[in-house]
Amino acid sequence: MENLCEEVKSLPPFQEVCPEAYQYTVEKPSVLQINVGRKCNLACRHCHLECGPNRREIMGRDVLEVCLRVYQRHGYDTIDITGGAPEMCPDLKWFIQEAKKLCSHIIVRSNGVIWLEPGYEDFPEFFANHGVELFLSLPYYRAKEADRQRGEGTFHREIACIQRINGLGYGKGEGLTLNLVYNPNGALLPPPQEAMEQEYKERLSRDFGICFDHLYCITNNPMGRFSQFLKRNGNLEKYMQKLYQALNPAAFEGMMCRSQISVGYDGRVYDCDFNQAGELPIAGRKSIFDLAEEDYSPRHIVFGRHCYGCTAGAGSS
Amino acid sequence: MNTYYNPEDLAKFSTMGEEAPKLWESFMNYYGQVFADGALSAKEKSLIAFAVALTVQCPYCIDSYTNDYLEKGGNEEELTEAAHVACAIRGGASLVHGVQMKNIVKDQMF
Repeated sequence: MENLCEEVKSLPPFQEVCPEAYQYTVEKPSVLQINVGRKCNLACRHCHLECGPNRREIMGRDVLEVCLRVYQRHGYDTIDITGGAPEMCPDLKWFIQEAKKLCSHIIVRSNGVIWLEPGYEDFPEFFANHGVELFLSLPYYRAKEADRQRGEGTFHREIACIQRINGLGYGKGEGLTLNLVYNPNGALLPPPQEAMEQEYKERLSRDFGICFDHLYCITNNPMGRFSQFLKRNGNLEKYMQKLYQALNPAAFEGMMCRSQISVGYDGRVYDCDFNQAGELPIAGRKSIFDLAEEDYSPRHIVFGRHCYGCTAGAGSS
Repeated sequence: MNTYYNPEDLAKFSTMGEEAPKLWESFMNYYGQVFADGALSAKEKSLIAFAVALTVQCPYCIDSYTNDYLEKGGNEEELTEAAHVACAIRGGASLVHGVQMKNIVKDQMF
């Protein structure tokens, strides 16, 4: 995939702006993020990995097995599973069962509506039985905006899915955590998280009787399908400038790349999921198989101009 | 310059402080406080600002407060209703001035 952000030369390279102290991973990393594949039942307009029904990249069991070895050896405390639609990885259930023996904090980032597709209907109960924390992307509390981003009819199908997992105990403060994820409906920055969470809670409760634990407001990262949208509409430079003008120095410390590693479907390793989109592997270009043979040591993070997406406003990591 | 209104001029707003820095600083302090959360939320104030921008027909303010309101989590439906509020007040203001016309008619004619 081409990295369009690097065409915007009016912005300084991110590493010239980021303080040296924050250009390295921390001494003790916390999150092993695993992108189990780019196959997805949706093709969202903001997707930085350009996931969709036609993609075929899926993580195999050999990579999943070695992820568990690295999890133990490098001392992470969280396994964060993303995609694509993670449920479309045939070994996902096996992996979660094995991971549960080692890790008490497993996160799955889902679109929810996959649970309405044949063969995927039992995932909510599976996640509940294994105490998986769920992050569901719901870009707005109204159908018009959400469907514009994710496809016609998606909003009401997801609402039905959330109502179903509320029935399983998710989002009620009873131990099964349900987080929703907001992202802007275009070339805009996200709103303040606290105010938007309150608005989501009021609207979703009033309109659909839905409850959830937390709302995360994230910035659209100018990679993949979203960067192509920006370029097509002549907004790429303007959006990059908007991110740069909103740079918040306090956000450097909390950048997710500092405390995680991101594994691609084929075992290649990145500092974050956005670097996967830009095909920017970790320094040294080691694979997850290489990392399984060595102890963790802090590494220099690979940056690009897309990293301004993580430091704009309140920060988005 | 091909037009009186140039989108790039918005970024030059602060040049209005060059010959009058104290006035500019006072204005910006006031401006910042006006739009902070208060009895009205910053989001509500942003929508009011958008409606006023339509009324004074300032393209810079319409651009700024459309973006600002959307970035505070608002939506197109709310902005459209606010535009109709501005329209109703402007239209109503014209119409209610028609009463002056009626007063003159009543005063001047048989």
